[in-house]
Amino acid sequence: MKNFRDSEHLLRFAFLFAMVLALFLIVRHFVVPKSFGEYGHYRGAAIGETAARPIHFAGQSACATCHTDIAATKQAGMHAGVHCEACHGPLAKHAADPASVQPPKLDTAVLCVRCHAASAAKPKNFPQVAAAEHSGGLVCETCHHPHSPAIQSEGAK
Amino acid sequence: MNLSRRQFLVLVPATAVAWQYVLAGTPRDAPNYQLADHWWGMLLDITKCIGCGNCVRACQAENDVPDGYFRTWVERYLRTDWNLTTPEVISPDGGKEGFPTAEEVKDGMYFFVPKMCNHCADSPCTQVCPVGATFITPDGVVLIDQTYCLGCAYCVQACPYGCRYIHPTRHVADKCTLCYHRITKGLTTACCENCPTGARQLVDLKNPNDPIHAFLKTHDVHVLKPEMATGAKAFYNGLDGSVR
Repeated sequence: MKNFRDSEHLLRFAFLFAMVLALFLIVRHFVVPKSFGEYGHYRGAAIGETAARPIHFAGQSACATCHTDIAATKQAGMHAGVHCEACHGPLAKHAADPASVQPPKLDTAVLCVRCHAASAAKPKNFPQVAAAEHSGGLVCETCHHPHSPAIQSEGAK
Repeated sequence: MNLSRRQFLVLVPATAVAWQYVLAGTPRDAPNYQLADHWWGMLLDITKCIGCGNCVRACQAENDVPDGYFRTWVERYLRTDWNLTTPEVISPDGGKEGFPTAEEVKDGMYFFVPKMCNHCADSPCTQVCPVGATFITPDGVVLIDQTYCLGCAYCVQACPYGCRYIHPTRHVADKCTLCYHRITKGLTTACCENCPTGARQLVDLKNPNDPIHAFLKTHDVHVLKPEMATGAKAFYNGLDGSVR
């Protein structure tokens, strides 16, 4: 009968441990994404993927590049701080291809009231009207030009 | 510096774009976005908010947010003088189509509070994620890696501001990205772009020329739930004590 030395038991365990560790490292190599841990405990490439999503709102400066006259009118009036797309909607496609993508027509009856309908909850210095009493049924554009809403003398629009 | 052929080919056009700014003596304006140069946040001015819902609609259009879910929303508070701690709060459809008309009250005040992800520097939501699918970027934006998210909703429960939801069709966590795809291109966020009164301002705390630094010194600015020490970066001007 062969005599086992005690250390052989330990070697067997060490070999088994090394095999499991090697297997773990191999699986880990294939399962964990390449950029994981680049900046922290997450996939670093996810930052770039989020940044690469398409934009829908072109931004004020993109509008003003072509529509210089309207931008100048707006800049001089009460609506200077209101960016174009706040009323006209998302128009990045129009900015990218102005000829084929046209902005939709707007309804001032909806748009003006959204901001300017009187409510006690709004800041007191914000211009507000009770629409029904204020206009007597007329549409807002009859008196106010949306790009420069202060009422001006005839023909100055 | 070791560069692979592929990396080199990517860098050449990027350098060419930046070069004109370098020659003009303004390399900071070059469109090459550096993560380490920014620390983003948001300023929300309650004294200017009119509750029009433009930000909610803009966010939905920009980020394809499903109906009934919100990355940003507006709440209307009615805080009465005889009950300072439990205000009456409404937010019909997140304030997307505005609010019902409010009548003047004698013993209280109305005000609007736009809410969104606070992009906390020490965010509870990123700490609880079991797989590392949500994280704060080196430029201070809390993002979700939706290809990695399991949809366990642990982060939805962890967020003290209620800013996260499980996407109804993709079944993964979703939230405000601070329009990361816009701010990295030099644009402002969709909500700031569309706010008619300037009640929302994107701020870059690492930019020494950002007006936020002067604003923080001269105004009474607070964050939501400061006692939770989340390092929130959504700064509220004129915040009433009753807001939770």
